[in-house]
Amino acid sequence: MASQLVESSVAESVLAVAMANGGEFAEIFAEDRRSTSAGLDDGRVEQVTSGRDRGAGIRVVVGETTGYAYTSDLTERGLETAARAAAAAAKGGGNGVKVVALGSPSSHPVNNIDVDPTSVAKARKVELLLEANEAARSVDGAIVQVSAGYSDARREILVANTEGVYATDAQVRTAFRVSVVANGDSGMQTGYESLGHTMGFELFDRHKVADVGLAAANQAITKLRARPAPSGAMPVVIKCGSGGVLFHEACGHGLEADLIAKGASVYRDRVGQLVASPLVTLVDDGTMSGEWGAIGIDDEGNPSQYNVLIQDGVLTDYMWDYLRARKEGHKVSGNGRRQNYTYLPMVRMTNTYVLNGTEDPEAIVRDTPNGVYVAKLGGGSVNTATGDFVFGMTEAYLIENGQITEPLREGNLIGNGPQVLQDIDLLGNDFAMGSPGTCGKDGQGVPVGDGQPTLRVKSLTIGGTAA
Amino acid sequence: MSSLQEIVDRVVGQAKPGEQVEAFASRGGETSIRVYEGEVEHFVSAQSEGIGIRVIREGRTGFAYAGTLDESAIAEVLSEARDNVAFGTPDEWAGLAEPDGVEPVPQVLWSDALEQFPTAKKIDLAKELERLAIAADSRVRVDEADYQDGWGEVAVATTTGIRRAGRENAANVSVGTLAEDGEDTQTGFGFSVGRDPALFDLQKAAREAADRATRLLGAIKPPSKKVTVVLDPYVTAQFLGVISSTLSGEAVIKGRSLFANRLGEVVASPLITLIDDPTNPLAYTATDLDGEGLAARRNMLIESGRLNQFVHSSYSARRAGTASTGNAVRGGYAGGTPGAGCLAMQLAPGTRSQEQLIADVSDGVLIQMVQGLHSGVNPISGDFSTGASGLLIKDGKIGAPVREFTIASTLQRMLLDVVEVGGDIDWLPSRAAGVSLVINDVMMSGE
Repeated sequence: MASQLVESSVAESVLAVAMANGGEFAEIFAEDRRSTSAGLDDGRVEQVTSGRDRGAGIRVVVGETTGYAYTSDLTERGLETAARAAAAAAKGGGNGVKVVALGSPSSHPVNNIDVDPTSVAKARKVELLLEANEAARSVDGAIVQVSAGYSDARREILVANTEGVYATDAQVRTAFRVSVVANGDSGMQTGYESLGHTMGFELFDRHKVADVGLAAANQAITKLRARPAPSGAMPVVIKCGSGGVLFHEACGHGLEADLIAKGASVYRDRVGQLVASPLVTLVDDGTMSGEWGAIGIDDEGNPSQYNVLIQDGVLTDYMWDYLRARKEGHKVSGNGRRQNYTYLPMVRMTNTYVLNGTEDPEAIVRDTPNGVYVAKLGGGSVNTATGDFVFGMTEAYLIENGQITEPLREGNLIGNGPQVLQDIDLLGNDFAMGSPGTCGKDGQGVPVGDGQPTLRVKSLTIGGTAA
Repeated sequence: MSSLQEIVDRVVGQAKPGEQVEAFASRGGETSIRVYEGEVEHFVSAQSEGIGIRVIREGRTGFAYAGTLDESAIAEVLSEARDNVAFGTPDEWAGLAEPDGVEPVPQVLWSDALEQFPTAKKIDLAKELERLAIAADSRVRVDEADYQDGWGEVAVATTTGIRRAGRENAANVSVGTLAEDGEDTQTGFGFSVGRDPALFDLQKAAREAADRATRLLGAIKPPSKKVTVVLDPYVTAQFLGVISSTLSGEAVIKGRSLFANRLGEVVASPLITLIDDPTNPLAYTATDLDGEGLAARRNMLIESGRLNQFVHSSYSARRAGTASTGNAVRGGYAGGTPGAGCLAMQLAPGTRSQEQLIADVSDGVLIQMVQGLHSGVNPISGDFSTGASGLLIKDGKIGAPVREFTIASTLQRMLLDVVEVGGDIDWLPSRAAGVSLVINDVMMSGE
């Protein structure tokens, strides 16, 4: 990078302004995001969009209070105006100026970008849409509608704070999605498949968009003969790479230190205790090269980390951001993230996954006389205070006599986090990462990844309509 | 500083022969205050702005946006939007809205009282709400008490002769509660919204937040069986939000609505009359203009159970061979071509209170909260399954609290299975008003 988003001399003087009223901590978060997206629907490339979002947020902390202001004006004058607003919001006591010398920024890239998407012709991006559309429609005459989306973004961030952190990162993400509608005697059904990685256009050397289209189409066609899902509690087998969201909801959010601090998590005061089946080792890993939740630094300037949250069923640690770590005298864990410069950072997951077990995945199904096999999960949500969580099954089948049989219509599954973690009784040896996700918390969305091997939960409640 | 209208007019003035150009610009600000244990936890104060430009030439559409109104950036946005035109597929129906002669119904969307409301009083409101919620019940703690307000102004101009500008502001307070009894923890929330913070009902917000949480203490997982559900007004509003996507003219023309080809047919119980009326000043999302700058208007969607019409933007209307119903929905300056959607839905209310509705239910459940409407509900197939919590109803009386169960049916069945609409209409902060709703034959899935 030839020039920084905010030069060190500017950052130093803006931080001094932010601290002028006697703050204890001040931070500049600057961001420049360029994006391209293209959408196809109903057989037409409807629109190619170019976007640019650029700005900075200034945070000032005094005691328990955080003041925050943001601006799209990255000049020294614009930043100082925001710094004064943030300082006023934190109502400091006028203790004088803290001087900070920043030097040169550090960076901690987790992977190289081979082909910067901004260097690729838009015409090539549009071709991908047409390829996926054609592949999906070729599957069956019952496919009546296809929409496809391409997106790439290059997000350059810079963080400077009064503790001397001065770091930059360039996060390049490329994604592709296809959704289809199939029409049959029983009405319409849908299929959805997506692909997304923290990498450049080389994504499409490794994955074919036609395969994404085929997978979405096959899912919808299969569901045309789906029967209503059962209702009530039963064993559930979740296919590898499709059920990481289970852990994201069942315990991931509950291990975020901000929720712990307010007593709004069922995992409060449980470090060192058995909180899951001893089969479960759960990791949150921002360093996982190329994955959707990978980051070089978090949005507070700290390098991403590999953090073990649960080891052999025992809770080892929570996830931390700057404020919670400072308050508890704990180390930060690289989990301070934000949607963009208009938001305050908070504790967020990155790539959250369960390590391999030892079982043959086919044997897990064979050993389940009756239950449900979930091949694809939709979104989910959790109430961290009660532990109750739901997640949708977008592709699922009955298991009868140890065999996967008929496809099921969509529905939610519901469970209680601590109980479900204990109820994992079989864990496969076929670990895979899942689809790219957007995790929402307190109105902010951030990209996250998840993964797990095939596993069985001995009892989960299926929210179907059949008795 | 140029006015937004001047900015968008200048952009449209640069249209070349054969080009349709639309410019949409906005400016806004927010204050967001969170209080915890009597102290300000965070105070966010900021302003933002941006512009989106759409160019259509020979049926091809290109779009670009930037989060700034800087003149050089605007020139770059126009140039990017033009560049993007080349990659679109020609679409004979592509085009901008044209003035249709319908005059907007004036709405009061701006409050000087809110604009002048002092910062210190905003903080006091959040602190007072936290205090009231804690005082409401000895088992209740508060994990967040918030005050938020925002203002925004927008302007849109097109080469087809649309030229509109407006501004609005609004504020709200909300509180999240935790009720604890031994090992058991349950959660609740309460809020008050409006354009004059001095009129907020903090007592009611605190009472509701405490009640929602404490009512669920001791909740059990219910058995699995078919029941009658009574949806709380707040839940009905969310349910209508799901229904609205089936009534979008865009979903209809693209084959994604389960009600396509059913105009004039009976799709719901005769008790169901569903109206989209953003001209009703009681509606939280009342507005004078839609996302394309056409007058917002009252549209009867379902009349006594019969499907009357869909909602349209100018694009979906052109393809469907009809006129825009003033229902273009735009996702801000970064949103691109507007879609078609409902703006302010309401069910025509019945006459009885929720207590009276419950008195007629022999075996059912009052649904107080739902969880997972984004994951287990598919408005294209109609499959409906959501996590829920609430209170059992036995022989017309409220019974034990229940949680960790789902309710499931299909959207098609649920509309037909409505047996009563309550008289308790509640103008909630959403695109739909709430009202109690009684629905038969819903599968409850628990143990």
